[in-house]
Amino acid sequence: MTDIPSGTSPQAERPAPGAPPPVEVRGLVKRYGELEAVAGVDLTVHAGDVYGYLGPNGAGKTTCLRMMLGLIRPTAGTVRLFGRDPLQTVQALDGVAGFVEAPTFYPYLTGRRNLELLAGFDGGDAGDRITQALETVELTDRARDKVGGYSHGMRQRIGIAAALLRDPKLLLLDEPATGLDPAGMRDMRLLIRRLADQGMTVLLSSHLLAEVEELCNRVAIVRTGRIVYEGAIADLKRGAGATYRLSSTDDARALAVCRAQPGIADVHVVHGRISFAADEPAVAVLSQALVEAGALIHSLAPETVTLEDLFFSLTEGDGVVNGGVPAGETAAAAAEAS
Amino acid sequence: MSSGVGTADTPRFGPGAGVAGRSRSRPGIATVYRWELLKLRYQKRTYLGLGAAAIVPILFVLAIHFRHHRDNGGDFAFASYLTKSGLVVPLVLLLFGAVWMFPLITALVAGDIFASEDHNGTLKTVLTRSLERWQIFAGKGLATATYAVTAIFISGTVGVIAGSIQSGFNSVQTLSGSIVSAPKGLELVYLSLLVYLIPIGTIVCIGLLLSTITRNSAAAVVGTLMISLLFQLIGILPGLGALQPYLLSTQFNAWQGLLRQPIDWAPIVRAAWVCAMYAVPALATAFLVFLRRDVAGG
Repeated sequence: MTDIPSGTSPQAERPAPGAPPPVEVRGLVKRYGELEAVAGVDLTVHAGDVYGYLGPNGAGKTTCLRMMLGLIRPTAGTVRLFGRDPLQTVQALDGVAGFVEAPTFYPYLTGRRNLELLAGFDGGDAGDRITQALETVELTDRARDKVGGYSHGMRQRIGIAAALLRDPKLLLLDEPATGLDPAGMRDMRLLIRRLADQGMTVLLSSHLLAEVEELCNRVAIVRTGRIVYEGAIADLKRGAGATYRLSSTDDARALAVCRAQPGIADVHVVHGRISFAADEPAVAVLSQALVEAGALIHSLAPETVTLEDLFFSLTEGDGVVNGGVPAGETAAAAAEAS
Repeated sequence: MSSGVGTADTPRFGPGAGVAGRSRSRPGIATVYRWELLKLRYQKRTYLGLGAAAIVPILFVLAIHFRHHRDNGGDFAFASYLTKSGLVVPLVLLLFGAVWMFPLITALVAGDIFASEDHNGTLKTVLTRSLERWQIFAGKGLATATYAVTAIFISGTVGVIAGSIQSGFNSVQTLSGSIVSAPKGLELVYLSLLVYLIPIGTIVCIGLLLSTITRNSAAAVVGTLMISLLFQLIGILPGLGALQPYLLSTQFNAWQGLLRQPIDWAPIVRAAWVCAMYAVPALATAFLVFLRRDVAGG
């Protein structure tokens, strides 16, 4: 994963001290009758973040994004974009752009005409950016075709172009790479990275964990409407602890040694190899004990913990990551930091 | 070959350079109105409605022409008036068009203008730009009204032209029996069209309401037409004569007050407040629903 450190780009716009964060969500709840789609979400996106919003289908991600954009009224809780409430006035969306679910346009109008319409609805000098936005997403050649004839990928791209017309400080993207072919996904990642490098804050909802791991510096992981982790990916991984894989000349004896050795935890066999959690000093002692017990080591290597492992642990397992920080605490810490 | 995203040379979309510390002209109702009119220009239903408004008078005149020659103008209702002055044609169309033609033409756009946004999923697109919801509602409402006015005046104008070609641009007999000159008759025709817009405006409001509530274009268009027909039905039911002055269908005849000597303003004034009685709650409800609704789909 390549982190995109917050605010390190030379072009990044430094927020004024004490300026409200681009996104601040507190106690957000949305109920549809008995169904609680969003159940008390707290999250903070800081200026310069590329923030991943992760969760399985039906976890309430899109509902949450809709509330952030003022499309849905929350049952309880608050949303602030740069300190302004999108439910009170559409001016809260100044400097904010993006789309929820697939971007949608008028199918009977051309791509350019759609952008002209949206630029008109944006006001200011948005109209001056149409040509540049089309070039950025490489749709100049198809700009005079009706959007009704566009492929899914082209609609995603023109969705990005429509967002860029607003010259945003904050980009909210819901599954931007969904439905794209591998090359399209790669180019979408490149575009998001470049925009982030220019100082744009990005909140990215995605199912594609590798994409999030590559792009994002911070994540929120949501499960059945609740955030189960919020914070830096690096902290999440660190909290997960180190795991190792071992194979030896006598795995049965090695397994017994591992289970008896102090500092070695969570010992089990995965695909014929021994897996355990430990820190480096304990592993050094273990390797000596194995040799003394006559179980000679074929391989002993740390196992890379991926965001995917952690995601499934948080959303399908018991929701506990070793050493992880509960979502509520990180939200509180973030609030203090902001 | 690139798949298309982000491989152009670095764009300079600065992070919100256009937002902070710079005044920007904000769009308003006029922007929405202008774009809604343009969108109507690209939609088939607009041409279907306006086309019907233009073609029906021509077909009507052709029917008069052939029946007049075949039957020598004897037994066809209104035939004796219709063959004396072409100015009668648009007035007769107003009379018969009130049953379903003009309500349907109006409902084609009124019932679709919000529902189509739900159908296309574009409501979320326009609501996340820089316009308040009330501005979008107002712009769409004005565009729908413009379409309805255009349809009525196209129908009237085509009726005058086609009728005059068939029967001549001649003087007209009023409902009081007096004869008015052709220019004065033309003035009365257009004033009648204006008065006709009062109940048509109510149809617009009902269409907007159903379009907003049902979020389904077909349901809203058919529903608007059904409501109009329901008023017609109530009007012919025995024992409900006392309701007649307060029915929407009755107000479609208010223009006939202009064709009396002196002009009878009473039905026109009544049409104004009776129509307001239906239109204002419908429009207010549509407005509040649109303002407060969750955009969870489109």
